[in-house]
Amino acid sequence: MTQIRMNVNGSVESLDVEPWVSLLDALRERLGLTGPKKGCDQGACGACTVLADGLRINACLALAVQYDGSEITTIEGVAHPLQEAFVRHDGFQCGYCTPGQLCSAIGMLAEYEAGMPSAVTPPGAGAYELSESEVRERMSGNLCRCGAYNGILDAIMDVAGEEGTR
Amino acid sequence: MKPFAYVKPADVEAAIQAAAQPGARFLGGGTNLVDLMREGIEQPDTVVDVTGLPFDTVDDLPGGGLRIGALVRNSALAADRRVRERYPMLSQAVLSGASAQLRNMATVGGNLLQRTRCPYFYDHASACNKREPGRGCDALDGFNRGAAILGVSASCVAAHPSDLCVALAALDAVVELRGQDGTRRVPLTDFHRLPGDTPEVETVLAPGELVTAVELPPAPVAANSRYRKVRDRASYAFALVSVAAALEVRDGVVTDVCLALGGVAPRPWRATEAERLLVGGPADESAYRRAAEAELAGASTRRDNAFKAALATATIVATLRELSTGGDPR
Ligand SMILES: Cc1cc2nc3c(=O)[nH]c(=O)nc-3n(C[C@H](O)[C@H](O)[C@H](O)COP(=O)(O)OP(=O)(O)OC[C@H]3O[C@@H](n4cnc5c(N)ncnc54)[C@H](O)[C@@H]3O)c2cc1C
Ligand code: FES
Ligand code: FES
Repeated sequence: MTQIRMNVNGSVESLDVEPWVSLLDALRERLGLTGPKKGCDQGACGACTVLADGLRINACLALAVQYDGSEITTIEGVAHPLQEAFVRHDGFQCGYCTPGQLCSAIGMLAEYEAGMPSAVTPPGAGAYELSESEVRERMSGNLCRCGAYNGILDAIMDVAGEEGTR
Repeated sequence: MKPFAYVKPADVEAAIQAAAQPGARFLGGGTNLVDLMREGIEQPDTVVDVTGLPFDTVDDLPGGGLRIGALVRNSALAADRRVRERYPMLSQAVLSGASAQLRNMATVGGNLLQRTRCPYFYDHASACNKREPGRGCDALDGFNRGAAILGVSASCVAAHPSDLCVALAALDAVVELRGQDGTRRVPLTDFHRLPGDTPEVETVLAPGELVTAVELPPAPVAANSRYRKVRDRASYAFALVSVAAALEVRDGVVTDVCLALGGVAPRPWRATEAERLLVGGPADESAYRRAAEAELAGASTRRDNAFKAALATATIVATLRELSTGGDPR
């Protein structure tokens, strides 16, 4: 057993975990935070996306012990205009991928603000617009089995539009 | 997952010491190792987390090169201004791999050491010489659409999955290794091994040896470079074929070129034959095609992957054409 300490959604949690416990299982099974979902458990779907020190990661491929001392945000700790935008634009059907989509979108907007390029950003681009193709590419790590992609895209574009262009 | 001990050393000597024990493995971001441990393919007794070591910066080298610490996250590497200006293909290669979440986790060292995505390697029910040496290879006559066509052997046709490494191969990158006997430097193109009859031995890394950095020599030609990846989905999929290319043309003649291929070989494939034919020749499409065809002439294809030779040829031609016309990357 290793004792770890994480700030989860604003409250400091001390946990005794075996080294093989994933961050996802620690959040879900030990802390009762079932927002992050176990979709594939192999990094291929994004349903488990949480923010670790502000960066979006897949909690299923993370060992909890690696995140000792980190600040973790799950959907339970999120209050963001994207949530209402998802409702307005039908950004989900069953809702299973939604917590991951929202955490991922929040991380994505922060990456864009910080100047992170994507695979579709033109080489040498300085300031560029967060276009629909940019958002699709940047959100490609979150699958939606219900196929609510168009609604998800509209919701993100709606909120990103208010936040402006780099 | 099989139980294991976890240590996170704060200095490199302690990390190398800990990894010298049999059954010990280094842990970077964990995006490959944790997955393989969960599948029971990797079963370390001790996991040595190296992310506490001070190898997490990108630094300038004299003359315009860069030294990339082994613990730099893939996303930080792709975002680095100097990488984007001096070696655009490298940033593009990283950004074309995995997802934003995984790139935030994955380290450069871990990316170099990631293992194949051949489905038979992952499936305990089938034969795989990488997973169980001597058991055979079900990919040879199975579903082998993703398999390699260059550098393969009768015991393994698995392709190397990394995008980052393809750009590094094109850029003459040098890998710095540190073990109990000190530091050594290996060209990236010699770092990964061809399968031969020991496909389970994938690199020249000695047990317990740590990747500490990757160095890129100055390469003015690389300012005009591209990474082009062809795959089944537009994003978040491994390459069927990929091309990393840098090109310099003067008065219609190719004066410098760097070319490497991904998705087609058990290691990142430096296309030396094509490079040799291109340099000094005309910068036109038929010369590009001849060079690409010569590189692929040794291809050994199987039931489902014969298309890769033609796809690689066409992708090389398209990438060089873009670079010589200053065209749009897509
Ligand atoms: C769904 C999915 C899709 C992906 N798609 C792509 C893709 O399209 N293109 C692509 O290139 N990659 C892709 N990847 C792979 C990803 O890039 C790798 O998993 C990642 O780069 C590994 O880095 P890591 O730091 O997480 O390695 P880890 O998982 O921590 O380690 C991997 C291996 O490297 C060893 N290791 C780690 N650091 C060192 C070091 N410093 N010295 C010596 N050994 C070390 C470990 O012991 C282990 O054997 C994908 C992964 C997933 C899960
Ligand atoms: S559950 Fe983590 S990516 Fe699918
Ligand atoms: S809303 Fe059902 S999986 Fe996305």
